[in-house]
Amino acid sequence: MKNKEPLILAVVVFFSLATYYLVEPYAHHILHKDVESKGFVYDGSDDILEVENIISGLQKTKLEKELEYKDASADEKQKLKTAIITSENDIAIQKVRLEKKQTFFSDVARIAKIKGDAVTGEAIFATCSGCHNDAGIVMGTIPPSLDNAGVYYTKNYLIGIIKDPVMISNVDHKFSVENEHPMASVKYMVSSDEDIANVVAYMQKIAISPEKVTPKMAYENTCGRCHSVVYEKWTQLGTTEKFKHKKDTLAAEIKVLEYEDSLKVYMGKLPPDLSMYIRSRGEHFISTFIENPQSQLEGTSMPRVGVTADTADKVVEYLKNAGDTKRHEREEIGRNVMIYIVIFALFAFLWKREIWKDLH
Amino acid sequence: MAKFTKATSIKDWINQRLAIEKVEKVMGSEYWIPKNINFLWAMGMVLVITFVLLLVSGIFLLMYYQPNIDTAFYSVNYTIMRDVDFGWLWRHIHGVAASVVFLIIYIHMFTGIYYGSYKKGREMIWLSGMLLLVAFSAEAFSGYILPWGQMSYWAGMVITNLFSGGSLHADGLVEWIRGDYVPAQAFLSRFFMLHVLLIPLAILGLIGLHFAALRIPHVNNQDGEEIDFDAESKKYLDGDKKGSKVIRFANDFMSKDMMVAGIYLVFFFYLVFYNYGFAMDPVNFDPADGLKTPAHIYPEWYFLWSYEILRPFSIDIGLIAFAFAQGIFLGLPFLDRSPNAIAANRRGPAFMIWFWLMLTNMIVLTAMGKLPPEDPYSTIGYWAAILFIVQWLALPIITSYEKKV
Repeated sequence: MKNKEPLILAVVVFFSLATYYLVEPYAHHILHKDVESKGFVYDGSDDILEVENIISGLQKTKLEKELEYKDASADEKQKLKTAIITSENDIAIQKVRLEKKQTFFSDVARIAKIKGDAVTGEAIFATCSGCHNDAGIVMGTIPPSLDNAGVYYTKNYLIGIIKDPVMISNVDHKFSVENEHPMASVKYMVSSDEDIANVVAYMQKIAISPEKVTPKMAYENTCGRCHSVVYEKWTQLGTTEKFKHKKDTLAAEIKVLEYEDSLKVYMGKLPPDLSMYIRSRGEHFISTFIENPQSQLEGTSMPRVGVTADTADKVVEYLKNAGDTKRHEREEIGRNVMIYIVIFALFAFLWKREIWKDLH
Repeated sequence: MAKFTKATSIKDWINQRLAIEKVEKVMGSEYWIPKNINFLWAMGMVLVITFVLLLVSGIFLLMYYQPNIDTAFYSVNYTIMRDVDFGWLWRHIHGVAASVVFLIIYIHMFTGIYYGSYKKGREMIWLSGMLLLVAFSAEAFSGYILPWGQMSYWAGMVITNLFSGGSLHADGLVEWIRGDYVPAQAFLSRFFMLHVLLIPLAILGLIGLHFAALRIPHVNNQDGEEIDFDAESKKYLDGDKKGSKVIRFANDFMSKDMMVAGIYLVFFFYLVFYNYGFAMDPVNFDPADGLKTPAHIYPEWYFLWSYEILRPFSIDIGLIAFAFAQGIFLGLPFLDRSPNAIAANRRGPAFMIWFWLMLTNMIVLTAMGKLPPEDPYSTIGYWAAILFIVQWLALPIITSYEKKV
């Protein structure tokens, strides 16, 4: 009798893998947008492309409406005309946005070329300390300490946030003249190209070196003022403390709740706790999302934070420490279990051969 | 009363009271299995091993899991995954085994269909096996609720909604099942009870029935040959092991079972440690939130084919099609009118095409069930669902024309 088992195994493996491929890699490729990192440079190419895509979408709709208009009845014509005018207005609005973004990012590029003077920058930096002073003022969020801003954030981003915080954060859909960004006034305080370059040079000078930044520091400074991580005992106001008396514990909790209320007003909803995000979103999503939140969640009120690639890696590392604490143990035990099971399978095979020797 | 003599050894003492030698013969050394079988016949043992893995890992998880809507998510993702030593390992074993057990069940099931192992006295094996599939499905679904993540909540919402029966609007029934208007504490508590007690009891009972159903008709073989087990086993016991068409269950067949199980476990633990993502949906690592519907709601992969039979139609027709799909496999032994109980490739072209088309179509349905309901997927899913139903309606006709081989 011919041994058919290899053929049968091939058939079983083929159908199993086909199912796996369709349900996992292929389906996820369809369900989720593929977003690749642009290298954390923040040169505006993403932002400009986003608006260009909106414009071409609007133009397409307008064209379709215009074609319909030709053969429409008088009644429909009226409606279509209104729709066409609306999309014309929308296009005009988006074109203004596009122009603003183009101007803004060419400004940033120009300032980035200026060699800043840290000594002069120190004097101007006093302006920033009016709000960024760890005194606990709440302006939507608490203005972050700028001690190490020069290492967490890229140069382009630091320039941009002084030039126009709304633009560099890619949240111009959220703010307007009536509803100003909490940091909007910086534009009038530090406005010349040289001043901006000097302040940025100063911030970069006073910051610690990147090797000294721990994952915890990276997270707490760049994400932690909006996102709690309960599993690491992190609240938006700092690490949860242990108190002897319950009323002190409650008082601390109330402080956090009040701050969360102000965050809700500022962001539209409470930014989620990120304890399990490494499992629910995965490394790639988190990293590309940090780089440009709009790329995967259009219209989100989360600003782009402008971190360096190194800071982003450390933030991801921190989230792994929160939501995937046993990953090293998993690798080690995994290896040992695999060795054990392969030996077991080998002995099982030898046993079978021994017994079946007499049967064939 | 039986006659008891002074025991000569501990074994003899026990043997006089429990007849362990006899039991060993009946269950092992003289439980006869055909020799002409391939590794697919070891899937029963692979399923037993997977079930034991589920049971043992489940017992460990049960020591720390808290069936409370405020603490369930935390007890799973913090206590078990971070605090408890090896909690993560038990959870990953439990999650992966719950998914892989369905892969093996489907392989086991399609093996049965291919070799005609549901005919000529083996109907009860098939029926009890299908009931086991139902019980495992209920077990998987109730277990999926327990971590109280986003998918737990919303899958619980969607699946219990099915019981409203479309236009029947049996909302009272849905509330009765949930114990509330929406999935909440009562819902979690009762699914916890179902998952850790009632359904496992049913599964254990059905496994007993499934094994008992095998006793009289015996295991089928690759060629569907009718073996005289008494004559062949006598030949074996007389020393003609090579000439006999049967082998002992233990250790002859067991050694092969173990070899297959060994290979299977290498694959299984590879998944547990290095590729567990498919079995643990990322969406379920977000805590349940009744105010925030996930962008895509889909069941685990093993329910996708029947989900896709429900989805492309209007609600009432969809529910009827879904009920049809759930129940129709039970009827297989009676819908197959063929006089042959042999492998599909020897039954003539009609059934062979039916078999491979059914298998392929169910994989297509599975894929479309996960993809978003938009073209071209919804159109493909629609026609695949129609094909599934047509194939089952055609089965009695095409098999009644089949000639005895």
